[in-house]
Amino acid sequence: MENSIVNQKIINDLLPQKFGKWGKIWTGVLIAICLVGLYAYYRQLRYGLVVTAMRDYVSWGIYISNFVFFVAISLVGSLITAVFRLLGVKWGSPLTRIAEIIAVAAIIFASLIIIVDMGSPERFYNLFTHGRIQSPIIWDVIVITTYFFISILLLYYPLLPDIKILLSLKERSGKRLNRFYAFLGSFWTGSHKQYLLSKKAILVLCITIIPVAFTIHTVTSWLFATTYRPGWDSTNFGAYFIAGAFLVGAGAVAVAMYVFRKAYHLEKYITDDHFDKMGRIIVLLALIYLYFNVNEFLTPYFKMKESEAGYLNGLFSGSFAVVFWFAIATNIVLPVIVLLFKKGRKPLPMFIMGIVVVVGAWFKRYLIVTPTLLHPFLPMHDVPASYRHYYPSWEEWAITMGSLAGTLLIITILARIFPIIPIQDTLNEQHETAK
Amino acid sequence: MEQENNSRRDFLLTGLVAAGLVAGCTPKKDPFEAGAEQAVASGKKVKLLSVDGEVIEVDEAFLKPVPHMPPVSNTEARLGIPGKKFVMVIDLSRCKNLKKCQAACNHAHDLNPGENWIKVDPMQSGGHTAPYWEPTTCMHCDEPPCVKVCPVDATFKRQDGIVLIDSDRCIGCRFCMAACPYSTRVFNWGEPEIPADVAAQPYSAETSIPQKKGTVGKCDFCADMTRMGMLPHCVSACPNGVFAFGDLNEDSVTNGAETFRFSDLIRDKAGYRLLEDLGTKPSVYYLPPVNRNFPFQSGLENDKTQNS
Repeated sequence: MENSIVNQKIINDLLPQKFGKWGKIWTGVLIAICLVGLYAYYRQLRYGLVVTAMRDYVSWGIYISNFVFFVAISLVGSLITAVFRLLGVKWGSPLTRIAEIIAVAAIIFASLIIIVDMGSPERFYNLFTHGRIQSPIIWDVIVITTYFFISILLLYYPLLPDIKILLSLKERSGKRLNRFYAFLGSFWTGSHKQYLLSKKAILVLCITIIPVAFTIHTVTSWLFATTYRPGWDSTNFGAYFIAGAFLVGAGAVAVAMYVFRKAYHLEKYITDDHFDKMGRIIVLLALIYLYFNVNEFLTPYFKMKESEAGYLNGLFSGSFAVVFWFAIATNIVLPVIVLLFKKGRKPLPMFIMGIVVVVGAWFKRYLIVTPTLLHPFLPMHDVPASYRHYYPSWEEWAITMGSLAGTLLIITILARIFPIIPIQDTLNEQHETAK
Repeated sequence: MEQENNSRRDFLLTGLVAAGLVAGCTPKKDPFEAGAEQAVASGKKVKLLSVDGEVIEVDEAFLKPVPHMPPVSNTEARLGIPGKKFVMVIDLSRCKNLKKCQAACNHAHDLNPGENWIKVDPMQSGGHTAPYWEPTTCMHCDEPPCVKVCPVDATFKRQDGIVLIDSDRCIGCRFCMAACPYSTRVFNWGEPEIPADVAAQPYSAETSIPQKKGTVGKCDFCADMTRMGMLPHCVSACPNGVFAFGDLNEDSVTNGAETFRFSDLIRDKAGYRLLEDLGTKPSVYYLPPVNRNFPFQSGLENDKTQNS
């Protein structure tokens, strides 16, 4: 009897809740930013990429940086979900759905932003009708599509038991939402047979998503590393990208944990202990990232090849130095120092560090794309002066901000519709600990 | 050997006959008008070289202009001309940054104003080395990095060595621009400012006309001209004979005025290619700027975009 009261309490705590005042404001602001982005994209479609600040030398700008950023942040879905599940890390289970939602939202916008970057997006289908397997872009199309579907399934299968709970409480959600739940999961009865099947499916997904996740970001790094350009022509690039992706993904999860905990009053479920453990993980990931950064920059710096000297000097002490050292400080120095202390791993400092890591990571992606393009092999001479530098236009900023807002909007909507912490898993754990 | 001789003769003859016919036509009438009136002998004779190599006389009135060759199909444009391997030699000792090549190229390809496929850069490799002017075109690499990375086969390498772009297929991802170490590719960021009738033409990969918004463009070695046995526009526009163009299989290149044996030229003047260490195997060779025809300073006045 007491057990069922506890169950009721857990279910009530974890059910998705209607937006309060701040929820509505938050959603409204996100939608507004998205609309501005859409308007900027309309202008870009109409006038062409000339509305951006990209020109013949800086032919890739913040769209591509943003793409790399999204792919990086999406990787966290595999880190938290698959690794925790496979290793049987019990404390991680309240975090899995947050991670999966972030992964899905980010990979959707990674695909969208790459279409935004195309000069002739109306020919997107050419990738399928004329695709050539030798091009790293086609590899990226293949693995990102694969990753997208695996991520969706990995979000969906563990949701089924929770949808059953949601459907059993019809009076709580509106008619339309109930119809949506029924569409998604009315076939799920929770029988032993279904349970076994779902468990097996999730296991298979967890195993497959790890290599696919590594591949999405490695292939994304190859978009750069398969060229000859100083700063991109690096054998370290795949590992360097992956290390950075794990870090920014973990940072994003820390931020999301804090926000959801606050917004949904989940202090009992996302505890200080969770933050403490995530903090340790972030320190480890930041140190790994430091290692790959040293590899990426120290050996070229030691040699100072003529073709790379301009690029390296630009980063270390030239026009990109402020951004470069800001990114190093926010990605590596600050998180390692702050999170080494137990007090630093409390929820609020973790939240701040998470934001710092994510913002720094975005600028790090900017540095991966632009400085290299401004240091070609042959001089940038016989071109208009505007071709020799790059500062994004308002349309580029609007579209980029719109895509970031769109990601947050998807996360917000998914959190509104589905329980942000797996209810059934929490109940199961509750039973186990009660026994 | 026999075949080689023939093709060289054809190359020269086609040029001559075409030039003669074009010169003889009256400019006023529309030569392509259907059912043009019967020609009446005018009594004025024009001397021509027949395909058999004989000089013949024809009444001026019977001369008809050769209509522009219909643009080749996309499939043909992708295959290229069998038996040819086009090369270019750029003699740096002759360049004084006149930019006639650039102007001719921009005009011939109806490029968006401000866009250049040929760039002329002042080069100075190190502190104590002498500066010189270096025109760059597309290198038409035999291992083209741009073709390797193109996801949709919009840029391709032909059997005659030319690398072209199919602007009807290009998706505008600009990966080729990132991949090209010579930064030769340009992008049509906006709608190109070209005459409406040019813009309305169907795109031909050999003429690269018309350039289209959201697609990549670059030097095409004037594939349409070479198909007609004529020289690329930059070659014929340069008054100093900087550019020499020809066929590696025939081992000859010409700048219009002089014809060289390619292998001798490269050997005697120590020809080289740009960024050889990358392994891209360009089809454009450079002759070092020794025994120069002009001092470097003479090109400065034409250097509109001074490098700051």
